Amino acid sequence: MGGSHRTGPRRRGRGGSSPHPSGDRVLVLPGEEIPSQGLKPGPGTYRVGGKVYASILGLLSPRPPFVQVIPLSGRYIPKPNDVVIGTVTDVQGTFWLLDIGAPRWAPLHMTGTPWKVDVGETERYLRVGESVVVRVENLDPTGRIGVTMLGEGLGKLEGGSIVHVSPARVPRVVGRNGSMIETITRHTGAQVAVGQNGRIWVDGAPEAIHRVREALRMISEDGQRRGLTERVDSYLKSTSRSRDEGVEEPPREHAHRDAPAQDFASSPPPTDSGEGPDDERFDGENN
Amino acid sequence: MGSVGAKDVPVLLSPEGLRVDGRRVNELRPIKITAGALKHADGSAFVEWGQNKVMAAVYGPREVHPRHLQQNTKAVIQCKYNMAAFSVDERKRPGLDRRSQEISKVIAEAFESVVFAEEFPRTSIDIYIEVLQANAGTRCAGLVAASVALADAGIPMADLLPAVAVGKAGGAIILDLKKEEDNFGEADLPMALVPQSGRLVLLQMEGHMTRDELATALDLGVQGCRGIYEVMKQALRDRYSVAPAAEAGA
Amino acid sequence: MSEEVTAEILTTHVLDLAAHGKRLDDRGPDEYRKITVEPGFVTTADGSALVRIGDTAVLCGIKLEPGKPFADTPNAGVLTTNAELIPLSSPVFEPGPPQPGAIEVSRVVDRAIRAAETIDLTRLCVTPGEKSWVCYVDIHVLDHGGNLIDAAQLAALGALTHATMPAKRFGIAEADYPLEVVHYPVECTFVRLGEAIVVDPTFDEERAAQGRVTVATDETGRIVAMQKGLVGAFSPDDIKTTVERAFHHGERMRAIARGVGA
Repeated sequence: MGGSHRTGPRRRGRGGSSPHPSGDRVLVLPGEEIPSQGLKPGPGTYRVGGKVYASILGLLSPRPPFVQVIPLSGRYIPKPNDVVIGTVTDVQGTFWLLDIGAPRWAPLHMTGTPWKVDVGETERYLRVGESVVVRVENLDPTGRIGVTMLGEGLGKLEGGSIVHVSPARVPRVVGRNGSMIETITRHTGAQVAVGQNGRIWVDGAPEAIHRVREALRMISEDGQRRGLTERVDSYLKSTSRSRDEGVEEPPREHAHRDAPAQDFASSPPPTDSGEGPDDERFDGENN
Repeated sequence: MGSVGAKDVPVLLSPEGLRVDGRRVNELRPIKITAGALKHADGSAFVEWGQNKVMAAVYGPREVHPRHLQQNTKAVIQCKYNMAAFSVDERKRPGLDRRSQEISKVIAEAFESVVFAEEFPRTSIDIYIEVLQANAGTRCAGLVAASVALADAGIPMADLLPAVAVGKAGGAIILDLKKEEDNFGEADLPMALVPQSGRLVLLQMEGHMTRDELATALDLGVQGCRGIYEVMKQALRDRYSVAPAAEAGA
Repeated sequence: MSEEVTAEILTTHVLDLAAHGKRLDDRGPDEYRKITVEPGFVTTADGSALVRIGDTAVLCGIKLEPGKPFADTPNAGVLTTNAELIPLSSPVFEPGPPQPGAIEVSRVVDRAIRAAETIDLTRLCVTPGEKSWVCYVDIHVLDHGGNLIDAAQLAALGALTHATMPAKRFGIAEADYPLEVVHYPVECTFVRLGEAIVVDPTFDEERAAQGRVTVATDETGRIVAMQKGLVGAFSPDDIKTTVERAFHHGERMRAIARGVGA
């Protein structure tokens, strides 16, 4: 044994995840044969002797001309153009290493930042433990993950809090056309940035951050069922301060949707008013 | 194994063909698998099999430590099988021993045969198996737990890896030895099967049997593995499928 | 050695919350997570208990075997405590020989068990100077969600409380009999988060902590072990306050370990 699977195609990443895994999809397990119906083996599958099998646990998803399996668990598998949140784990002379929850640490080169960094001066800009929003730029066959901080909505994070969810849950956190994240930000007034890697930055009043965390926990622990948006909505309504005070909280404007990146990156920690842009800056619609 | 003159040798096979615990020769002990039993691992599983209790956790693919083990074209699969001091009748001294190291090696190699390690070059997939309560067949229980944990961790592989020990006791070829059969029987033959291909990726034997007996044992083992396979798949379905009460139980 | 880096944003947030009297999981500063004790989890052990505090899980198994008393205590049995922070339980633990963290847990638990005279070691003596029981307390951390010391001590106490002397098996007596537990020490751990001192820290709180202090108490009102850990400092008044709080929590935790409370 050992040779047979190597006849299958080489899989790189498990791209193209559907934004909305639903209960209608079929759960498959590694080694289970997939009815391919003439489709080619895509990510999460392999072929032996004309038959296609699942290679990961996940949901079966025909995407002609491919059949693929969308993962329901596991670490973050980077795809080009994913916007992710990372934490600095190591600082070198010309680059930083970021933990983005992927199989490998991702190097952020000093030229991939909006700063004019001199060689050896990297630590003045980012230290171990600091967090950033970056975009996956390229993946090479050695598993190296190149990321950049150049682009809108990218930069260093200040203040707020970070919540981790399974990367497989990110589509549910975002919701159809951003509906879930819209529900969360509208009810809490918190600012929320969802990384494709399941790391979520939340800012606002402590109370607001707490309610977002709880909502994210609900989404994380919920089974593959319908009606999740309604349950999150009702939780957020039931914990709304405005309800206690008998005041209807107005929905917030997406005032800063087009704000330049630097605003996002270098904005000071917000005051307790919880004011701030509440749009989902990178919400997975670029799947 | 089979030590002559040992006192209190139990009757391993009754005239009616029943074993020490009342099983027939081709019967498995009760087995229960919980996928996702731990909160902090990338994947995990708890296996209760007969009187064995084994926990497995998977971390990775992640950066390789120590770095010199890194491989340029694939993930390195590292396995550590360990027995808790209190898992056996006579306290086992904590720490590395030769038996655990050998078992760790053959289990790691079994998984290298099915995991698509080339998808994650320069990383490490770390498998930890902790035997908490032992009653023969712990390497198979550990392998089964680790396989479910790997699937739970989203690791790509050709198949799940069911495993079971067959052996010979009381002159008969039997499936899934328990402690008395392991201690006083004539042979012990643990194996792991790739159901998709029908091939074995772990095979050891201790004791002695004839060629004909071995042929019977292999058939019986494959049959046993297929039974275990169904339990493994159900454990993963229970954790991931659409369920009305989907709250992850501890 | 851990390669896991906690986001500074998160540790800062933990500290901000603490300044407002709040915690990440919405607990009060003097509130434990849910505690459960499952005695008899491992039947190959002479006594065992699986303890969960929130998402921390620790298993303790007791083994009792005949051995030789130490020369300086010929009339007493031997007590050995060993904790394993196995890499199965956390991405921050690595394989290899026991790390300082594991040794600290072992020693703090051992000191509390010993000082409280949890078991009367003289009753473990069989023949003075020649034969005595050796009581092995082996602690296995399974899931590391913070506050390992309290969970480890509670698991040890739960396991000892439900242990049986395998006297028949070793031909020392006609029948097995229960190990007699005389006192009930429990540990109670606090961390400093800014000016706040909170009980039962989670993993994230430990990462943010500016000092940790553990107080072990028994049911007679004695303090039976203490340990200050991590980088940070406490005033004598801080310590006095944690002692009072430790006695308060201790009563409930003792009941849980003995299986008579919830």
